[in-house]
Amino acid sequence: MTDLPPALTGIIEDFGALTERERLELLLEFSENLPDLPPRYAEHPELLEPVPECQSPLFLAVELADAAPTGQSLVHLFFSAPPEAPTTRGFAGILHEALDGLSAAEVLAVPPDVPDLLGLAHAVSPLRLRGMSAMLSRVKRQIEKALAA
Amino acid sequence: MTRPADPNPRLAQYAHPERLVTTGWLAENLGRDGLVVVESDEDILLYATGHIPGAVHIDWHTELNHPVVRDYVDGTGFAALCGAKGISRDTTVVIYGDKSNWWASYALWVFTLFGHPDIRLLDGGRDLWIAEGRETTREEPTVAPSVYPVVIRDDGPHRVFRDEVRAAIGHIPIIDVRSPVEYTGERTHMPDYPDEGALRGGHIPTAAAVPWSRAAAPDGTFKSRSELEEIYLAGAGLSTDRDVITYCRIGERSSHTWFALRFLLGVSKTRNYDGSWTEWGSLVGVPIVKGDQPGSIGAA
Repeated sequence: MTDLPPALTGIIEDFGALTERERLELLLEFSENLPDLPPRYAEHPELLEPVPECQSPLFLAVELADAAPTGQSLVHLFFSAPPEAPTTRGFAGILHEALDGLSAAEVLAVPPDVPDLLGLAHAVSPLRLRGMSAMLSRVKRQIEKALAA
Repeated sequence: MTRPADPNPRLAQYAHPERLVTTGWLAENLGRDGLVVVESDEDILLYATGHIPGAVHIDWHTELNHPVVRDYVDGTGFAALCGAKGISRDTTVVIYGDKSNWWASYALWVFTLFGHPDIRLLDGGRDLWIAEGRETTREEPTVAPSVYPVVIRDDGPHRVFRDEVRAAIGHIPIIDVRSPVEYTGERTHMPDYPDEGALRGGHIPTAAAVPWSRAAAPDGTFKSRSELEEIYLAGAGLSTDRDVITYCRIGERSSHTWFALRFLLGVSKTRNYDGSWTEWGSLVGVPIVKGDQPGSIGAA
């Protein structure tokens, strides 16, 4: 796990230290802490990409910002999911906290099986976790598209 | 000890009014002896964000499904589940949930497989309760565990398996409650929903398309009996004394229609095919019809 971004490693360790029930509580906290969309997206939901693999509707946007001193592109993530979909929001909250502000290269290097490392498969069910994998793969696809443009 | 039925005159129109309760009745009966309220949602965390005071939570994925086999819990598992939720065999159980009670209907159907005597649905579900501004809480109730007997699950009257479905084609009406694009085979899952896996798109030959949502009013309550009769009896040609099979993708939306047919219209021989499209759409060699016509057994 040494090659994962530190924030993500920290989240995985936090989940790993908890009982199954406490993991659900932590997931709910991530759900509640998911930042609201900034007005430029809140007022233009058509700019967001739908993620139909999630159990409930989720929309995301990815922005790349140049960090001048290093020449790296920094990733900024935006997620939108209704409060009636706390599990989906929780997955988005984890990805936001783990990946927002990292370089594009760091996000692209995150392995696709990260959702499986959170210890949620049994508590949440593997089917529901698929939504998180789909979010991650769509984030990466958008980054690749932006870098290629 | 069970609770008396909800005497609300609106429910009296249905074949089995004792199977539904109104939000007003539930609000008056909260906390009374002999009643356990169960929330069952699509989203496993929704209950924790706020629920009807005193309600316990049952999750379909992690608690009603068998942990290994694609099936439901067995009698021992169901007894343990009910015991942990404070449900006894003589408890009145009222189930409610999100999405116009899809998952609540599904849970109710599983309770029915175990013959739980008094199981009711909250008409309108979670959304109506909240829309009416009724009280919710994040506080989880302290449950006094109960002893629930080990009851052998009796699938026969309520559940149908693939071989019976195949034999039923051309003999028993089949109702496909999925969305139009799933029925025609354009998609294998609902728009904006995860694909739980089916290798082919289309529907079971002869199945009539009656999307589940046609049974629901805009506020999530069931439509009136005369409206339901128009849809299912006049429209789909069902009769109350004949067999009917319902299916969807994994059996949850069709539980909603199963409930409406069985308890609101009195189509007492309605059975739910929970294998549904995720099974039929992946079975080797079974007939499938694509397009918007029901088709026939020979048309595959």
